[in-house]
Amino acid sequence: MSKKIYVARSPRIAARRLGEEMLVMSGQGSTLFTLNPTATILWQAADGDTPLDEIVERRICSEFEVQPEEAMRDAEALAEDLARHGILLISEQPIPKPAASVQEPR
Amino acid sequence: MIAIGGVAVRVNTADGDFLAMLEDRYAGFVSAEACAEFDFDVELARPAFVDPDADVRVTYGSGRWFMERGDFRAEWDPATRRGWIRQSANPYSIDAVLRIVHTLVLAQQGGFLLHSASAIRNGKAFLFAGVSGAGKTTISRLAPADATLLTDEISYVRKLQGSETGYVAFGTPFTGELAKLGENTSAPVAALYLLAQGPENRIEPVSASDAGRELLANMLFFAEDQEMVHWAFQAACDFVHDVPVYRLTFVPDGRVWEMIQ
Repeated sequence: MSKKIYVARSPRIAARRLGEEMLVMSGQGSTLFTLNPTATILWQAADGDTPLDEIVERRICSEFEVQPEEAMRDAEALAEDLARHGILLISEQPIPKPAASVQEPR
Repeated sequence: MIAIGGVAVRVNTADGDFLAMLEDRYAGFVSAEACAEFDFDVELARPAFVDPDADVRVTYGSGRWFMERGDFRAEWDPATRRGWIRQSANPYSIDAVLRIVHTLVLAQQGGFLLHSASAIRNGKAFLFAGVSGAGKTTISRLAPADATLLTDEISYVRKLQGSETGYVAFGTPFTGELAKLGENTSAPVAALYLLAQGPENRIEPVSASDAGRELLANMLFFAEDQEMVHWAFQAACDFVHDVPVYRLTFVPDGRVWEMIQ
C-alpha cells in the first residue's frame, strides 16, 4: 500500500484569483506565478488534512474526466513542482496549520 | 518639511547649503506649516566612489527599517517615527530614501508608488504605466493645456480608507526625462492605462490577471520582507479589481489625449 501524501498551501505565499486566473506570489524573492486550472484546484484543496489521492479523486478526476491513476501521477508531479517553487508544502503526515502570528507595526 | 502625498517628512540638517539644495530640488513640495509625520536627521559625509549599478537593499529587523545603497545608509524606526540618513551632499540619495519610506508607508495602507506618468483632467486622475521607453515622458509632453501633470515618472497612489472607497493620485517631485516636477495636487483615480506605442491610437480592455501582472511589474518595491511583498500583492489585486485598466496604444502626437477624458 502506497503512502499517503498531504499537501498544504505555504504560509509564505499570497494568492488571489483575478478573473479566470489564480495568481500567487512568493514572499521570498517576490516571484509571481500564474497557476493553470489543475494547479488552481490543487492549491485551493491543499488544506494539509486531505490526502492527495482524495483531492485527485474528488476534485480533479471529476473536473477533467481523467483516469485516477494517470491523474494521480500528474498530481504528484505537479505538487512536487509547486513545492520546489515554495508554493505548496508536501508531507507524508497531515500538515498542521501555522499558528497566527502577532504582527508588530512597521 | 518635504510633503508628498500629504505625508510630511521633516529633514534635519545643520548644513545651510544642503538645505537650500533640498528646497530647490523639492520646490512646490516644501512646507513649513505641515505637521511632520516623520523626522530624518541627515548626516553629511564626504562623497565617495559610488557604483552606479549598486542595488538598494531594504530590510527589517529589531523594529527598524534599514536602507542601503552605494551612496547612502539610512535607518528608520516606524514606532518613534524617526530615522537618520548618512550620505554626501547630493539630492539623489535622500530622494531614494523618500521613495523607499513612502513605499513602506503606502504598502500598509493599500497604496503604492508606480512607474507611471499621471495627470488630472476634468477632475479625474489618469495613470500611464510602463517600463522605460514605453512612452511615459512622451504622453506627459503631449498633455494638453487643460491637463495637470502629476508626474512623468513615478505616481503616488493612495487607497481611500474607512467609509470612502477608491484611490487618489497625488503629484510627486519624482521626475523622469521631462525633468519637470509634478503639481502638488491630487484627484480620484479614474483609470490606469498600460502604455504601448503603435501605428494608431487605440484603447483596449485588459484582463484582470494581465492587469494585475503588469501593475505588479511596474510597482516600486524595495523591501526584502515577506509581509511587505504580500501587502504589495494584495494592493495590486485590490486596485485592478476597483479601477478600470486598459491598454493604450498611441501614436506620439497630441490626438491621443482626445481619448483621455
